[in-house]
Amino acid sequence: MEPRTLFDKVWDSHMVKSVEGGPDVLYIDRHYIHEVTSPQAFNGLRQRGIGVFRPERTTATADHNIPTADQHLPIRDTVSRAQVEALAENCKANGIEHFGIGHPNNGIVHVTGPELGYTLPGMTVVCGDSHTSTHGAFGTIAFGIGTSEVEMVLATQCLLQARPARMRITVNGSLRRGVTSKDLILYIISSLSTGGATGYFVEYAGDAIAQLSMEARMTVCNMSIEMGARGGLIAPDEVTFGYLSGIPSFSSDPDAVRLLEKWFSLRTDPGALFDKELEFDASAVPPMITYGTNPGMGMAVDGTIPSEEEAVTDDSGSHRKSLDYMGFSPGMKLLGHPVDYVFLGSCTNGRIEDLRAFAGMVKGRKKAPGVTVLIVPGSQQVARQAEKEGLAEIFSRAGFEMRQPGCSSCLAMNDDKIPPGKYAVSTSNRNFEGRQGPGARTILAGPLTAAAAALTGMITDPRELIRNGYQ
Amino acid sequence: MKRAKFTILKSTCVPLPLANIDTDQIIPARFLSSINRDGFGKNLFRDWRYDKKGNIIQEFVLNRPEYTGSILVTGSNFGCGSSREHAVWAIADHGFRAVVSDSFADIFAGNALNNGLLPVVIPSEILGKLTTMIILKPETIITIDLERQMLSVEKEGISVPFPVNPFRKECLLQGLDNIDYLLGMKEEIMAFEKRNSP
Repeated sequence: MEPRTLFDKVWDSHMVKSVEGGPDVLYIDRHYIHEVTSPQAFNGLRQRGIGVFRPERTTATADHNIPTADQHLPIRDTVSRAQVEALAENCKANGIEHFGIGHPNNGIVHVTGPELGYTLPGMTVVCGDSHTSTHGAFGTIAFGIGTSEVEMVLATQCLLQARPARMRITVNGSLRRGVTSKDLILYIISSLSTGGATGYFVEYAGDAIAQLSMEARMTVCNMSIEMGARGGLIAPDEVTFGYLSGIPSFSSDPDAVRLLEKWFSLRTDPGALFDKELEFDASAVPPMITYGTNPGMGMAVDGTIPSEEEAVTDDSGSHRKSLDYMGFSPGMKLLGHPVDYVFLGSCTNGRIEDLRAFAGMVKGRKKAPGVTVLIVPGSQQVARQAEKEGLAEIFSRAGFEMRQPGCSSCLAMNDDKIPPGKYAVSTSNRNFEGRQGPGARTILAGPLTAAAAALTGMITDPRELIRNGYQ
Repeated sequence: MKRAKFTILKSTCVPLPLANIDTDQIIPARFLSSINRDGFGKNLFRDWRYDKKGNIIQEFVLNRPEYTGSILVTGSNFGCGSSREHAVWAIADHGFRAVVSDSFADIFAGNALNNGLLPVVIPSEILGKLTTMIILKPETIITIDLERQMLSVEKEGISVPFPVNPFRKECLLQGLDNIDYLLGMKEEIMAFEKRNSP
């Protein structure tokens, strides 16, 4: 038999039918939905007069537009409330499991799915959200879909999808101290550009990836979409199995041992062909920040903003427009640049490990005056764990605002908006114009660089603080 | 469900020659709170079209009377970022029926096809030429013929083929809905489930 990639193994095993001259009919194992991209899909089903085909394969959580304070009170914004209520009603009417605001399993859809053991190796996973790529960390084919496709999955548990091309990104060596997996993925995206992996599904491999925890792998896979890839995946290994063994619903499953054996075959065969192969050296990765308005516009925290000619990622019009928006210019260094807000959270960096890393650096210290620091745990479970480990206490003593779970300031659909013109160092995934609020200026970074900014009130190299005994 | 057919489109164009236009620009997140599919057009490119006070920004192309029509001609990697289908609904609700570029983000292109909005990919140099032509001569009429998969400007002697997946093409030409197609496959889907149950 021909050697196959991990991606092809999972794809082939979910192909209901290959349509002549068209996309494949792909069976979906796990479907996550949330309040913003599902209401129109349920309306579509009603118009067709049909119900949900396999309700047990869909799980709902309210996350995108919900407030992160006073979650026990009714949502003040009437339109957001209508969406959240529509989700609850649609789930109830169709027998879909629903984790609404305040539920112990509520949180950002890409944080809760894995922590509940709902995302398992070898699955196909979709959600009406582009960061569904996060789940690829478990060796799944996971990708974001539009609302028409949400309707399609609700109606038939299948999707019409053309098979993407395959890319392998091998990262060798080890990340240096003060560098996180967020820095690694920002580094890769800055090298490929924001559209550099369009049309591809990426497999991440190499010893640097093998050394990463599941949380760190989720951060890498999460941002695959930021270079245009449909998704990214990592072959399951001992780290994956170790993570899953810690989840009660999985470890108590009598089928667990049989599944583990099956998952050992989920890897790319030697000699399998990729349409594109890239290699990176982990030891060359510095702490990264972005300077522009797409995630491909990244540089080392102590780097210099490139000129239009040096920037590989854009046509010149976009580069200039982007720097104008940010209030930056080519040749500028950002080290020491004042920061108004720091945001720790999102499906990229809102997991317990991110909160631990942040807390490790700020423990016993106070935030810089004039900086607002928002800590938004990715889920109720993360919030409980942070409380238990004393992280919440560290944050509150430092003068940070510890909020309740949700997508929050990452896309600012709720009140957590960065004011116009203000600079935010954000552990989220997108620095698009207005992403964190109209006129807001986002500098993407990892949790350590964000913690350094929270303490100093400016762009600071976290390695510098680590050398000085922080962490 | 029946959908509008797409056959031949002849129209003037709106030029927006910027690369990497993300779906947050097409429709900012704060306008996603509706639970219906219509009405998003008024907030298309909201923060480029209106200032903070809600006044029209005259220079922006959608506010310039000389540029009208149902074809948007734009830059590389159009529609990157969030998977929000609201971006496609906003573009279609504004009256566009096709978007022309040299590349599209994958999810956007899929969403567009599912809503009868045609993403047309043409080579970069021709896109550059076409954009300049539209800016200089806003009255330029472009023809997009889906059956022949050709984009042409008759007066200028430009004629360029574009790719479309044959299945998607058939759906657009006939106004077919691909959820109906999958619903017609229920038996095959259930047979697949049976084969794969533990």
